[in-house]
Amino acid sequence: MNGLAVEAKDLRKVYGHDNTEVVALKGATFTVARGEVVALLGPSGAGKSTLLTAVGLITQPTAGTVSIGGVPVVDGPRELVDVRAFRRQHIGFVFQKANLIPFLNAVENVQVAMEINDVPSREARRRAQELLDYLGVADRADHLPTELSGGQQQRIAVARALANRPSLILADEPTAALDSQRGRQVMELFARVAHEQGAAVIVVTHDHRALDVFDRHLEMEDGELRGA
Amino acid sequence: MNLALRDIRHQLGRFVLTTVGVGLLLMTVMGMGGIYRGLVDDATFLVDRVGADLWVVQHDTRGPFAEVSRLPASLEDRVRAVPGVTTARRFVSHTIQREYRGAALRMTVQGLAWPEDRGDWLPLIAGRRIEAAHFELVADRSLGLALGATLHLGHDRYTVVGLTSGMIGQAGDGMGFFTCSDAQAIQNDAGGEAQRLERAARSTRVEEADLGRSQPGLVERAAGASANLPVLPQPPVSAVLVWLSPGADAVQAARTMAGWGDVSVYTSAEQRALLLAGPVDKSRRQIGLFRILLVSISTIIMALVIYTMTLDKIHDIALLKLMGARNRVLIGLILQQALLLGALGYGIAWLIGQRLFLLFPRRVLIVEQDLLMLAGIVVGISVLASGLGVWKAMRVQAGEVLS
Repeated sequence: MNGLAVEAKDLRKVYGHDNTEVVALKGATFTVARGEVVALLGPSGAGKSTLLTAVGLITQPTAGTVSIGGVPVVDGPRELVDVRAFRRQHIGFVFQKANLIPFLNAVENVQVAMEINDVPSREARRRAQELLDYLGVADRADHLPTELSGGQQQRIAVARALANRPSLILADEPTAALDSQRGRQVMELFARVAHEQGAAVIVVTHDHRALDVFDRHLEMEDGELRGA
Repeated sequence: MNLALRDIRHQLGRFVLTTVGVGLLLMTVMGMGGIYRGLVDDATFLVDRVGADLWVVQHDTRGPFAEVSRLPASLEDRVRAVPGVTTARRFVSHTIQREYRGAALRMTVQGLAWPEDRGDWLPLIAGRRIEAAHFELVADRSLGLALGATLHLGHDRYTVVGLTSGMIGQAGDGMGFFTCSDAQAIQNDAGGEAQRLERAARSTRVEEADLGRSQPGLVERAAGASANLPVLPQPPVSAVLVWLSPGADAVQAARTMAGWGDVSVYTSAEQRALLLAGPVDKSRRQIGLFRILLVSISTIIMALVIYTMTLDKIHDIALLKLMGARNRVLIGLILQQALLLGALGYGIAWLIGQRLFLLFPRRVLIVEQDLLMLAGIVVGISVLASGLGVWKAMRVQAGEVLS
């Protein structure tokens, strides 16, 4: 693996066909280095989430390539690796909603991500507790998601994304449901994680108040990427 | 971490209610199997219990359990003369329905060849065996008769001197054991007017015959009780039971008796097979088919329950896929819940059934073999039912988390 966490080349994504064809990505090319925190900005419908899901191996691009940590992972719609295993080992996700599993408490929500990645249960539990401590929600470890505030839930989601020490963290409007103060805290958290743990972080956001936290900004409009 | 158990813990009330529902359904399946077994066991119980080597019945009939079989009581003596026969006893069996304390009382009347057979083989739970030639009976407790109770049958009153347990006839009625002569008296009982008319008709027939005109004493005898007329045969018996000496050739003995031309002879195994192929066959098949239907319904209901449980978790399954969970984690989640639902439902079915089946009017016989078979079926149903949920889970895309 080289110093680049992500390298995307000429990514295209077309939904539908013929008369219903919608071009969501028009040849996006960019790189993100390890430890770098990048904001992906743009109006609704610009293609930010499509780009994020293509890089996150959730959506297959119509054309273009993606390499993560120097490993080519997709070439157009062709998957070059077991994408589910690759996501498990190398990518962490945070969404607008925390998307915690409702029947697991806070620590279990983090622990499960590691157990899925074959970390022994006891070791996963210990590290999950550490992560909650790191993110300042250790005292909420035994609470179910419904017993947590929005900010606390989002911190648990960040802890889960960090659980397997990913080289890439993708966040899609993670602060949309939070007030400005808590939103900024989450953004600062990403920056801290990126700088301390060497993970690349790409955050889709509309929140311009916390842009100073990011190392770089990428702008998208009508499926085209600027500032790369 | 066991995701299946944690999900159940989260929705415990709902899972418990669902499990109880599935349990009651499985109890019905279990009960149908028990009714089936009970039917077969009740039908063959007496044949098995009596343990005779051969059953001699009316010629060209299938014996008293399948149809009417009437044999002269004297056949018993003829059978005893066959080489290899150690014991021969009359067998009288018929069903009556009388009123007892304002309610219908159905009883399989069973005659014992008293005094040779005093009912020593009966499983007495209270009282004693039959000690007198007349007017005593040993009743099964399912008949609801108390020890010492008296029963008016025909012209006579019979006293319950003993109680048995589990002595049920093929129709599911409790058995009452009388001496053979009493059983025949009950069977051939005619009202006073019927007897008077029969005697009058008999006298008229004798009077009109030359013999009656020449011997008036005969007319006088004909007007008397039937039992006092040596020319009339003794009441017939249903069958004659035969026990052979050890090492005796049963085939040869049966062939000898069958050669008489007025009887048919069956071994106990043949009599048992005739029972199962005859009177209980249709009920047996009907219950068997109904049981298959219930198993199919259980499978569909369990599949729908598991499918609904999967649908409730579809977002979480998509999330687990997004996090990179292997298919075996997702299949394990669904399959474990299905198996747990089936296993707990089975346990509930067994626990409730143990108590509830005792209250059923006919015997519900739950045997280990059926329990094991149902357990296997439940595992099969659970796996099959989870297939629909697994199919749904496999179709979920990780990207659905974002929608």
